[in-house]
Amino acid sequence: MTDLFYWISHWLREEILAIPGRVIALVFAIILFLVPHAIPNEYFISVLILATIYSIYAASWDLLSGYAGQVSFGHSAFFGIGCYSAALLNIHLSFLPLWITIPLGGISSVMGGLILSIPALRLKGMYFSLVSLAFPVILNNIVIGFPDITGGELGLFGIRGLSKSQEYNYYLVLIVALVSIFVLCKFTSMKTKSVRIAVLLSAIREDEISARASGINTPKYKILAFSMSAFFAGIAGGLYVHIIKIAGPSTLSIMFSFDVVLWSIFGGLTTIYGPVTGVFMLYPLTELIRIFPFGDEIRFILFSLILIFTLLFMPNGLTVWVRDQLEVDCPRCKNINIFLRKTCRICGADLHIPQ
Amino acid sequence: MIELLVINALVRAGVYSILAIGFSLVFSVARILNMAHTAFFMMAAFLLYFAISKLGIPFLLATFSIIILMGLFGLVVYRLLFDRVKAHQTATMMISFSLAILIQEVVKGIYSTQVHRIPPFISGFVQILNTRVSWQNVLVFCVSIGVIILIWILLKKTRWGNVIRAIADDIEIANLMGIDVGRMCSITVGISASLAAIAGILVGPLYMVEPNMWLSPFIIILAICVLGGMGSIKGAVIGSLILASVESVVIFLVPEGAYFKDGVALSVMIFMLLLRPEGIFGIVFEEERLL
Repeated sequence: MTDLFYWISHWLREEILAIPGRVIALVFAIILFLVPHAIPNEYFISVLILATIYSIYAASWDLLSGYAGQVSFGHSAFFGIGCYSAALLNIHLSFLPLWITIPLGGISSVMGGLILSIPALRLKGMYFSLVSLAFPVILNNIVIGFPDITGGELGLFGIRGLSKSQEYNYYLVLIVALVSIFVLCKFTSMKTKSVRIAVLLSAIREDEISARASGINTPKYKILAFSMSAFFAGIAGGLYVHIIKIAGPSTLSIMFSFDVVLWSIFGGLTTIYGPVTGVFMLYPLTELIRIFPFGDEIRFILFSLILIFTLLFMPNGLTVWVRDQLEVDCPRCKNINIFLRKTCRICGADLHIPQ
Repeated sequence: MIELLVINALVRAGVYSILAIGFSLVFSVARILNMAHTAFFMMAAFLLYFAISKLGIPFLLATFSIIILMGLFGLVVYRLLFDRVKAHQTATMMISFSLAILIQEVVKGIYSTQVHRIPPFISGFVQILNTRVSWQNVLVFCVSIGVIILIWILLKKTRWGNVIRAIADDIEIANLMGIDVGRMCSITVGISASLAAIAGILVGPLYMVEPNMWLSPFIIILAICVLGGMGSIKGAVIGSLILASVESVVIFLVPEGAYFKDGVALSVMIFMLLLRPEGIFGIVFEEERLL
């Protein structure tokens, strides 16, 4: 028992409290758990629920676009597929519990991702981004074209809620989001020894021809990134449809695809936590500003001005800039240190070697 | 019916090719994916509406001053925004997209979301092959062909064109040869904004002018650039002919076709890409860009 306690305290001290970025993440997660008790406002919590769902969506975008380098402008296709399949399963096979139908929505989204990867694997760079924009538009037209199955423009109604009360909804969504983001972070971490995927994906992103020449099966890993990303986006879509209780074509709109790109680039690419931060800063901002007078008219003007100025001064994104201010990588052992230290906390090497 | 369809397709193709040429010019010279390109187009249409309906300026004067104004606007935008973050491709892209949203929202704030109409430059009709074609359509078609030829001459026959093509080919070598790359990039962005303005002025009297009119042509010109290959005028023209005729066929022959035109046009693009992944006149290698 004392061993376990010692292990936990050691882990907290060495792996969490020593690294400022992780302290911020921990504090933020604790705040998210406490918010419904501190501010029991229904509108505020519903905005937070949607922000949590969108954070899964943004993190999944970052896996495909940040790590694998396949900048996708059509990510709402995956979200929409997850959304519509969860809704259809819920309506037509209503005896299935939600913890089966939502993952099934994610899996059908993976199927969609596999189909979309056929043209995507043939294209590179900007061309892929431009083509990916086509997918949600085509799906949107299919949805409007077959109103008998998909409900057309009005959408599908009569979907069960996620749970009894809003507070339960919030905690369920929050736990799913934390688990998904943790999985994505571990999956894409350069330091996880058992999973080499981050190294392989960044090799593909930096130079695909060299990666192939070094014996990496690039299509395999691209398809893997596609399916992982589509799965989590589909899960986000499934949760969304049970919160909103309508599956409408707005989940397949172009603006929704660009929203995730805006959030993620604002937060910082190839970090997973960057897009999450971006969502939690920008989405509540654009929603809560409605409360103020004239808020509805100026909210997108304010939104775009904030984006333009942030990107002008921090072109790598907000979290990357903050991280570079707070943390220093040890030049010898690559461990992360707080910016105040002069020597590495693990190996004692000088952190600020004059160039 | 067939004649109407062909005329509609030709007019659309003219406008789309002007837009697509401007877009791919900026992409190949300044290496910027300018998502605000069609927002410039929308802005020009609204400026025309403002100049004609509110100020009562004569057509020709309004047209030329808007083209010059939009060119200057492009220059300013490049200098103030794009030039500072050019090294970060995604940041540039998102800055241009936020700029597009900003323009859309400001226009929405001034004119609200309702639809506006601009009177045609030349009223009346002309008889071509037993169909009545409005003079406005004929004018749009002729002007777009003229603009395409002018751009071709500018790029192939003049000193500026040589410089622009050199930068598109290899930005570092062009810099070493003593070309002022920054200045030429800003000039290119200015030219492209003027092209967008021309397209907006042509479209204004034909279709309805509204703040959301930029999104649908934006998707189509992206598809045209992928289809024809970025940075090729020939590709842009042929790509826009293909997509414009697909759009016209869908609008005329499918019930409620206006909903489905984007989806069908993009499906055609994906289908053609499966046959030829590098586009019709596209360049196989990133480095080998030609204009």
